[in-house]
Amino acid sequence: MAKNIKLSELGSLFNDMDVESLEGVTIEGDIELDMDIGGGLDPQLAYMLGHETAQIAQHLINISRLLGYPVDQLFGSMAQAAVPGLTRPGQLLPSKFEVNKIEEWKNPIQEVILGATSSDGGTRKSTITLGGENALPYYFDSPMPHRNHITMDVFDMPIGMAKAVKVNYEDVIESPAEWAKKVVNDFGADMVTIHLISTDPGIKDTSPREAAETVADVLQAVDVPIVIGGSGNPEKDPEVLEKAAEVAEGERVLLASASLNLDYERIAKAATDYGHVVLSWTQLEINAQKELNRKLMKQCNVKREDIVMDPTTAALGYGLDYAYTNMERIRLAGLIGDEELSFPMSSGTTNAWGAREAWMVGSPLKEDSDWGPREYRGPIWEIVTGLTLSLAGNDLFMMMHPGSVAVLKEITQSLHGSLERDAVDISDWVTAEV
Amino acid sequence: MKVNSPLEVYKFLPQTNCGDCGEATCMAFASHMIDRSLKLEDCPPLLEDKFRKKYLKLAELLAPEIREVMIGTGEHTVSVGGDDILYRHQLTFFNQPALAVDVWDTMSEDELVERIKFINEYKKFYVGRFLKLDMVAIRSTSGDPDKFKQAVTIAAGNTELPLILCSLDPKVLKSGLEVVADKKPMLYAATKDNWQDVADLVMEYDVPLVLFSPDDLDTLKSLAATFLEMGREDLVLDPGTNPQGKSLRESFENFLMIRRAGIREGQRDIAFPLLAVPMTAYLANDDPVSASYWETVLASVFTVRYGDIMIVHSIEPYALLPELHIRDTIYTDPRTPVKVDPKVYEVGSPDKDSPVFVTTNFALTYYTVESDLASSGIDCYLLATDTDGLGVEAAVAGGQMTGQKVSDEFKRLGFDFSEMTAHNTVILPGLAARLQGDMEDASGLKVKIRPPDSGRIAGWMQNHWPPE
Repeated sequence: MAKNIKLSELGSLFNDMDVESLEGVTIEGDIELDMDIGGGLDPQLAYMLGHETAQIAQHLINISRLLGYPVDQLFGSMAQAAVPGLTRPGQLLPSKFEVNKIEEWKNPIQEVILGATSSDGGTRKSTITLGGENALPYYFDSPMPHRNHITMDVFDMPIGMAKAVKVNYEDVIESPAEWAKKVVNDFGADMVTIHLISTDPGIKDTSPREAAETVADVLQAVDVPIVIGGSGNPEKDPEVLEKAAEVAEGERVLLASASLNLDYERIAKAATDYGHVVLSWTQLEINAQKELNRKLMKQCNVKREDIVMDPTTAALGYGLDYAYTNMERIRLAGLIGDEELSFPMSSGTTNAWGAREAWMVGSPLKEDSDWGPREYRGPIWEIVTGLTLSLAGNDLFMMMHPGSVAVLKEITQSLHGSLERDAVDISDWVTAEV
Repeated sequence: MKVNSPLEVYKFLPQTNCGDCGEATCMAFASHMIDRSLKLEDCPPLLEDKFRKKYLKLAELLAPEIREVMIGTGEHTVSVGGDDILYRHQLTFFNQPALAVDVWDTMSEDELVERIKFINEYKKFYVGRFLKLDMVAIRSTSGDPDKFKQAVTIAAGNTELPLILCSLDPKVLKSGLEVVADKKPMLYAATKDNWQDVADLVMEYDVPLVLFSPDDLDTLKSLAATFLEMGREDLVLDPGTNPQGKSLRESFENFLMIRRAGIREGQRDIAFPLLAVPMTAYLANDDPVSASYWETVLASVFTVRYGDIMIVHSIEPYALLPELHIRDTIYTDPRTPVKVDPKVYEVGSPDKDSPVFVTTNFALTYYTVESDLASSGIDCYLLATDTDGLGVEAAVAGGQMTGQKVSDEFKRLGFDFSEMTAHNTVILPGLAARLQGDMEDASGLKVKIRPPDSGRIAGWMQNHWPPE
């Protein structure tokens, strides 16, 4: 049975066949080119028609060549002229940009509420919701229901800090409650993290009961939701956090942290007993994060809405590559349906201050160019560390420098689309006198 | 690339397992083509005439989704684009975003020369090499072709870095090209208004070109399709970098959409490298510190999400340092941990009285310690213990660094303390302090603990060395 094919298809039929020439082939019948060109031709249409005609000519030439006809010698430059690339169109080719959304992102990230108001049995003025995303952060595929939030660090005793950070806290360093007030009232913290580092047996070995009093003071001093952190000592933390959870009963704090290297069951139980949220902390390892989340849910009966993850933050230039990719993988896995990873994430962004570039007066290396004043260098280290992780999917930032907090809020809310600012004309940026 | 399994590549290879590529089999070679660690040209037989068709077909199948564009000539040539993935963990991002620092044609000659000298020489040590700036963008702020020509002449005479000639006036661009066309500068930019004249320039001078269509992707795509029609493949797209508010969010979305269209949907007429202009931060901030901070923030955002070239203005180290580090962070190959060869390195000219330090083979840790020791003029031996590229703290916690292991490592590497030292003493990092007893038992050596931060070793030495 005869089959009709177009000229252009004839060419492509031979494409992969290593055909040098066709022999004994005849084309029967007429080749008709119907073109109804009226008067008053629109230049753009004329261009398009010209383009079409040239393409047809190109196909015919190709076929002639396949048939063994000496096209190149005969047409010479004329055949060349049909090859695209040597002419300048008279008009821009019309085009419309389109792109699809990502269909695989079907599984929303778990929403987790931090803090409890009086109607929920707590004393916070308002609550904060993390999670709920249906796409990577700030992506057009789906609106991001909640902006990122920042919780600022407060310590229960004076600690060593980079100079650029320390100058902001010298007046409150002896009082966690005053410190907490300052970060909320002066620096715009959405939340406060109270770190009970003095409980470490190697530091002051403060008793869990004393530590719980500090927590009570902070809860009294501010009305934002709080995070309670231990000292990081795996033997002491369960006991400290149990006591702290008890004193904060009903406030729905974030308990930091449950990890695989301590008795996480005790932390989980303290959270469920007193109505708090557990921070599930692992060190830059996606499978460990899955394992811990699974254990919290299956073994300790922690509800999904009571889990936030901290997959660990390494500072810019000091392993941020691992932290960034780890978080992005976790978020992508959660979005496409991994129920063990679809939780909001928190970052210890303060770790950025461990980087030498953030605090050292200058480079220890004489070959380096000048590092510039550290007062400006330090904060931007914390900003870029947090910003990078915000793009990977991080929801909550633990931070220290007020300037860093302000800038990170500005950029994350700009990307979130919730910040009104004047539009700037960028069409002539080249000539800007700056 | 249009193929993703070694088998698909294998079909086009000679299949002789000749080993000329250094791999045992053609299948092994094929898998390296997929992960882009080897190139087609590494297979000598494939370059022979009889395989020409297969070679061409394979080259087409393996071409990256985003075109690779070269700017400049010689050893400073910058390649941008060439990516195949949307997320770093899927493979790796290729070709770090090029950082171009601006100069402008209303600068005095002295200022211009001084700024270019700074751009040429700026460097920051990081894991065994120096992070540097890549390009100079020359802006015509005067709009005067003669002034521009003069600035381009001075710039070209003072740097070997590739140039971007920036003006929306084709006459100005032409005057710059007349001076430096042979250096293959990139032109910025063709727009919907000037594209015909700019097209003549790129055809005549054969240079890469940026297409600029702020906040209008239909027109950007039209421009790209039109220049493709003219046979121009070395294109870079600038969809506009709005500095603040909701229009910044839209710019961010535009970068995402273009890259998704190019890589995920294979839309060839939009699959070009992207250019971001963080210096628009200066249009929105009067205070120079705020402006440079915000410029750094914008540069970071577009480094993470798909900018391939950045034009920046600030040369303050507090802006440049994080910009250089963030692009290294995002573009480090996640397939290979950054580590150094485990061995006993000599710092300076150590002798029998010199200290012996221990660290890990995580490149960042090693180079930090090494550079601290070297810059303090401490002659010593330094063991980079094989910890699979983990830092000290993680290696001690994870058991990759134990007293026994460090002790065995010295033996394996043939470092005999009784022969090499007169003191039988080894110095562990402060973060490995808890290995002290373990290490003494395993090695029989005297074990000392240095401060956790190697920057303090020089001070520590005053009280702790030589050992009593």
